[in-house]
Amino acid sequence: MLTISRALYEKITEHARRDHPDEACGVIAGPAGSDSPVRYIPMLNAARSPTFYEFDSHELLRVWREMDDNDEEAVVIYHSHTATEAYPSRTDISYAGEPQAHYVLVSTRDETETEFRSYRILDGVVTEEPVAIKE
Amino acid sequence: MAIEVRIPTILRTYTGGAKAVEGSGATLDELLNNLDAAHGGLRDRLVDGEKLRRFVNVYLNDEDVRFLGGLETPVKDGDTVTVLPAVAGGAR
Repeated sequence: MLTISRALYEKITEHARRDHPDEACGVIAGPAGSDSPVRYIPMLNAARSPTFYEFDSHELLRVWREMDDNDEEAVVIYHSHTATEAYPSRTDISYAGEPQAHYVLVSTRDETETEFRSYRILDGVVTEEPVAIKE
Repeated sequence: MAIEVRIPTILRTYTGGAKAVEGSGATLDELLNNLDAAHGGLRDRLVDGEKLRRFVNVYLNDEDVRFLGGLETPVKDGDTVTVLPAVAGGAR
């Protein structure tokens, strides 16, 4: 299960709405081993595409080093799908390289309703999990 | 002196859990061959034939080796090589 604060949940959905129709992406870091998302880090989509996202490689190195120095890890890795459902694509599965992360998918295909779902992706196997929003 | 190579969580099964290992070589290619002798299978996770895999980023100090010379990038004692999974995907 992913437990996330209302404030962080809204930051993710707002980012996805703002970048629509391009895909938005980012990380929420938390203390290593805590499974608790705390620090919101929106990332640039270097692909600037409605059907693909990729963290800029230099920004990735900077942010991952920063997390390492702070004894943090990527608790949530999020991105949006802008015309399809919030379910991991084959591309998402083949790239998933952070075994501890909750992969959050947001869909902005509907103008008013934002779909927000979370998954574990391990060795090519996708498992959806419930999302609990803390008020 | 040697070259420090920082290993991401997902590849630490090849290094007995170690976050960083040491190796030697004059190029990234030689370094990865050298590492593979002690950590069998690691090179294959990073290299596909003659090229770095699309799913990983490899950095020499602060620079992505794709902007240097790829596998032919020269390396030397005291350098740090960092391996990170690329974070990418999308509906396509």
